[in-house]
Amino acid sequence: MFDLISQYEPILVYDYGNARKLCELTAAKQNDYAMMDSLRHLKDEDVLVLLNDLLEQYGYDFTDYSFASVKRRLQRVYSAGRFPSFAEFRYRVKSDPDYLIYLMEQITVNVTEMFRDPHFFELLRKQVLPVLATYPLIRIWHAGCSTGEEVYSMAILLNELNLLHKSVIYATDINESVLEKARKGIFPLQHMQQYSQNYMASGGQQEFSGYYAANYEYAKFSERLREKIIFAAHNLVTDHSFNEFQLIICRNVLIYFNKDLQDKVLHLFSDSLEQLGFLALGAKETLRFTTVAPLFKPFANREKIWRKIST
Amino acid sequence: MTSLPKLLVIGGSAGSLNVLLQLLPTLDPRWPLAMIIVLHRKNDNDALLAELLSAKTLLPVKDAEEKDVLAPGSIYIAPSDYHLLIEPDGSLTLDASEKVHYSRPSIDVTFMSAAEVFTNRLYCILLSGANVDGAEGLQTVRELGGFTAVQDPTEAEVSFMPKYALNTVGVDKVLGIREMIAFVQSLR
Repeated sequence: MFDLISQYEPILVYDYGNARKLCELTAAKQNDYAMMDSLRHLKDEDVLVLLNDLLEQYGYDFTDYSFASVKRRLQRVYSAGRFPSFAEFRYRVKSDPDYLIYLMEQITVNVTEMFRDPHFFELLRKQVLPVLATYPLIRIWHAGCSTGEEVYSMAILLNELNLLHKSVIYATDINESVLEKARKGIFPLQHMQQYSQNYMASGGQQEFSGYYAANYEYAKFSERLREKIIFAAHNLVTDHSFNEFQLIICRNVLIYFNKDLQDKVLHLFSDSLEQLGFLALGAKETLRFTTVAPLFKPFANREKIWRKIST
Repeated sequence: MTSLPKLLVIGGSAGSLNVLLQLLPTLDPRWPLAMIIVLHRKNDNDALLAELLSAKTLLPVKDAEEKDVLAPGSIYIAPSDYHLLIEPDGSLTLDASEKVHYSRPSIDVTFMSAAEVFTNRLYCILLSGANVDGAEGLQTVRELGGFTAVQDPTEAEVSFMPKYALNTVGVDKVLGIREMIAFVQSLR
């Protein structure tokens, strides 16, 4: 042991000194850039101004979103656009409708995958959907469906359980451009290996590649899967309940909302669920400490599924 | 804002767990800062990690949950598969957006977010790893007045990550493990 240390000691000392020197050098360089760098940073006030513009001019209300998350995403767009100043960024947002669409797509998080969290889908397959199978018509709402990967996953489950023909899936998002992608059911081929693994891990036993046609770098999912899906724009912040469902799935959406907005949206879900309907949230979301908690009972703690027990 | 404790954020990747296992047992139960640990790792073993670290310290360790408010003397672990951000009021936000440097949680994301809120009441240390994550974040921390350090690359199990940060953005201090322990213990 001692031998080892003494053997390495000279290198340690040498590199250590070198590291210190590097440290000082870059510190000096740093100051030169500090001025330039400070221009790149959006200030909290800038973010508030922009959010106010989006609300007043376009009716998109992000004021009850997590500030840290929205600011980070606006910062990314601002940096990528290489605007000389915030004023020019703001002007672009206010005056260019195409840029607004792009901005909306960038502010809202649209990261999703098929059969994400396979445990969750396994539970749907084995415990939730068999309960819904007893209904003459199954109504499901995917709120915040983004580009639709989870919606198609659900359609695959329903198809394999022979329930798709008597199901209707409402898939909604605030963002029209991601819905357009979702409607097409075309996803990058490079993700299929991962999705196929997820599918199998969730208890799928068919050939996953049977659900899509591969074409160059894209996979187009079977038309039959989307026959029972209705894609529509719906804003959880401002829009109301539009139907009654037996299952509402809203995963990794509430984490971006502040407490008040979370409560408001959870009441919207509660109002849109039938008695004993299921509510499924994301892995890090919970009904604990919310005002709807007494209206629900836990169904699967780990997979974050609850059932509505009172109105 | 002044009611919030000061904050230490430690970011690590491959080879950093050992450093934490040496550091955490040395902290006094009255250690007054809040600590966030952002570790790159495979998904799904969150409970195990919290348990492991918890067994090594007298300070309370928990998986960070959204809306948790940073409390003095508490250690928060960024959950796997989410970025961890900090709100202006010191509460935590989880974020499932794109990976950064192939990582979620990303160290950059938490460093930057912490810098915006805690400015000069923030200390960030980047540990061993084979990733470029953390460097850009340290730069923001410095710009906004926070303290930055990397683990001495010659001591790190995997030197790439601290070395990369050192070479590209520079830091206030290069800390060997013994110095790091003394430094963290001394924070008030």
